[in-house]
Amino acid sequence: MIMKLVSRRLLVSVLILLVVSILVFVATLLLPGDPAQAMLGQQATPERLAALREQMNLNDPVAVRYLSWLGGLFTGDFGYSAATSGPVSELLGERISASLVLMGIAALISIPVGIVVGTYSALRRGKAADHAATITSLVLAALPEFVVGILLITLLSTTVFKLLPSVTMAPPGEHVWNYPLQLVLPALTLVLVVTPYIVRMMRATMIEVLDSGFVEMARLKGVPERQVILRHAVPHALAPVAQVIAIQLAWMAGGVVVIEFLFRYPGIGQALVDAVANRDVQVVQAISMLIAAAYIVVNLLADLVGIATNPKLRTESAR
Amino acid sequence: MDTTVNDTTKTAPHVDIPALRAQDIRVATLAGQEILHGIGFDLHPGKILALVGESGSGKTTAGLACMGHFRQGLRLTEGSVFLGSEAASGNLLDLAPTQVRLLRGGTISYVPQDPALSLNPAMRIGDQIAETLQVHGFGSSSAERAERVAEVLAEVGLASDTAYQRRYPHQLSGGQQQRVGIAMAFACRPSVMVLDEPTTGLDVTTQALVLQTIDEMAERHQVAGLYITHDLAVVATVADEVLVMLSGEVVERGTTEEVLFHPQHRYTRKLLNAVPDLDGKRRVGDVEAITGEQPLVFPGPHSPGDQRINPLAEPGDHGPTSSTDLLEVSGLELAYGSAQILDGIDFTLGVGESMMLLGESGSGKTTLSRCVAGLNDDYRGTITLRGTKLAPGTRSRTAEQRQGIQYVFQSPFSSLNPRRSILESVEVPLKMAGTTDKRERRSRVLEALDRVKLGASYLDRRPGELSGGERQRAAIARALVNAPSVLVCDEVTSALDVSVQASILDLLRTLQLETGMAMLFVTHNIALARHISQSLAVLQKGRIVDVGPTDEVLTNPRHAYTRQLLDHVPTF
Repeated sequence: MIMKLVSRRLLVSVLILLVVSILVFVATLLLPGDPAQAMLGQQATPERLAALREQMNLNDPVAVRYLSWLGGLFTGDFGYSAATSGPVSELLGERISASLVLMGIAALISIPVGIVVGTYSALRRGKAADHAATITSLVLAALPEFVVGILLITLLSTTVFKLLPSVTMAPPGEHVWNYPLQLVLPALTLVLVVTPYIVRMMRATMIEVLDSGFVEMARLKGVPERQVILRHAVPHALAPVAQVIAIQLAWMAGGVVVIEFLFRYPGIGQALVDAVANRDVQVVQAISMLIAAAYIVVNLLADLVGIATNPKLRTESAR
Repeated sequence: MDTTVNDTTKTAPHVDIPALRAQDIRVATLAGQEILHGIGFDLHPGKILALVGESGSGKTTAGLACMGHFRQGLRLTEGSVFLGSEAASGNLLDLAPTQVRLLRGGTISYVPQDPALSLNPAMRIGDQIAETLQVHGFGSSSAERAERVAEVLAEVGLASDTAYQRRYPHQLSGGQQQRVGIAMAFACRPSVMVLDEPTTGLDVTTQALVLQTIDEMAERHQVAGLYITHDLAVVATVADEVLVMLSGEVVERGTTEEVLFHPQHRYTRKLLNAVPDLDGKRRVGDVEAITGEQPLVFPGPHSPGDQRINPLAEPGDHGPTSSTDLLEVSGLELAYGSAQILDGIDFTLGVGESMMLLGESGSGKTTLSRCVAGLNDDYRGTITLRGTKLAPGTRSRTAEQRQGIQYVFQSPFSSLNPRRSILESVEVPLKMAGTTDKRERRSRVLEALDRVKLGASYLDRRPGELSGGERQRAAIARALVNAPSVLVCDEVTSALDVSVQASILDLLRTLQLETGMAMLFVTHNIALARHISQSLAVLQKGRIVDVGPTDEVLTNPRHAYTRQLLDHVPTF
């Protein structure tokens, strides 16, 4: 039963990725400019351009180019970057791990904080702590990520306090995580943007669960309050929250673009901005596919959490 | 309060120490409005005290107060609860939360109203029972506790093997879930048990089984029970003593015999009169509604006593002869995948005839009525109204056909849009029928409201300001406004208190008499049969197993299932 559900979700995910790959490919086709021209610059002779076009298979029919690109994706061959002339995978490898570090830190902080604050808020419903949490999360949710970032820069690294570096400046070839102080601001911005949604959702579902019959029953059978919350209430609140977390994580995959640009953080976001500016088609395609894949994977994970916390979805009803 | 604990000791002089003594319990809302005005009672080992009252009378609040639990928005202002065996520990309501917690589920346990909501859907039932044992330190090892889980499951008549214990609540039927609830309550061998309407929502056969289990368990283990209910027929089956509550006060107390057969208080007598009986001896509905409803419901234009004795005896009086079939259903079938919900239904309904469609949950009765009304269009077979075959869905039926069949839903709490005034809700069918003149619509709505004994003052009120009975009347008015020839009533009284139910039944009979419309009355409550219908169709697993005039089916049931249903009806 559970395997059937999971395999069906996996199948659907693969189909979605295929559709996305077509969309990405078509969209990059429509980008103005010629990749060969972009690689060789304005001074290139027509002969060299023609030779490069031939080498990059740009003269093949669109369908053939799409299929060979798709085949490349499956074998880990993302093509060649126009800007560096090296393989895209080499260019992106470091960027991806830098972005993943940033997102991982943000997720590791915002998920537990969101769940704990939301639960606490629900338990103290209508009290001062709840109001404070609600107002703070609403205000933060209303601010766009770059505003949060700029406010943090103003507050922590320029005008008010000069505590943290406002831009990331790791020497080339060195890993970003060797400079933990530089990670603080971008990660904090992501956390502040993502957490409020998790708090709001957790609070709402938790309030609903706390009013439910089985929580009252658990109390009436003498279960200690701590166990009532942790064993009976929280697991039920998690499934809807997992969906919100998934959306937030997926948003982060795209949202890092702005934040990495703001903090000059050498991740995929910045790579994407640079690639678009340079007409670096293969890189744009690769990053778009990566972000799409990230969306699908986190949503799949959220569905799995939903299946895990709801036995109705994974066991036969035996009436 | 004039009644005190003193009279309870008088009613049960044969028992020594009460297992629980509640005295002068007063509970108020946080805003300060008192809702329990000093309730007191004793519970004795092996005896069951029934706490009877209608919704809002505070009976659940009183039951939960015995366990030191108050729902959101309520607080205790005064009172004491002493548990007999723990007399030394003093007033339960003064104890620290941790001490109360130890008593709950251990010494005093609770059986909830709706097991489907009260069992944790994500925990295996064995684990849920074991959890109670574990938090109370029952047994010294988990092996010993596992043994107790198996033992207690067997005691309530369920399978006790590991595979069964590993089931989740949704894998059990409603009756099995409730028995798991009872097993959980008995697990730690409590001395007192609070049972909050444990059989509401179960069908009669299951209810009989659960009541028997409760009775046996209380007797065998000498547990004192507090049985909260609004169902007086159930009281007669299980209780030794009865306490009748009205608006937070005890108005009558005594042994079951005294209260049920020689009621002293006016309210008790009214409550008893409102209970429909299978024999049809009581004239349910000739009573006033007594819960702040409309004060008096007179039985239509007829004075009580003349035709009212059996107003439905001659349906042919109104409109054409009943041999004209108004509605004809034949070969109706419906299946979802492999589940056959309706399996070849045939019946006819004459002009002005009222037919009861009786069935337990899952028998397909609601599906059938939805098919008739066209709300469900997946069926095969034919439905004919006045000789014309109807299209399956409401959308493909003509306006006239739609107006011909109207539907009243089970719960008036969800069938009226809370944001619309009664006028706005009731006039919708008129708008759909193309009545464009606003004034005409208003006057027709007023007429319909008048029919259901709601006056013009209700026009601009919203459902939230109405009681359950008033809402159901408004919902009926909405169905009446286009003068239907068939009214489909889907469990219209099951969400209502008995006295309100009586007034609704009365209203439906009067309407039928006045308008001559036919009625399909869908219910699981067989006791209503003689009070509402001329014919009775018994539905089991999507088939009509017994059909005929009500009297004939009840006195001479042909099918074993009908006989079984009749055997399990609690009566007094």
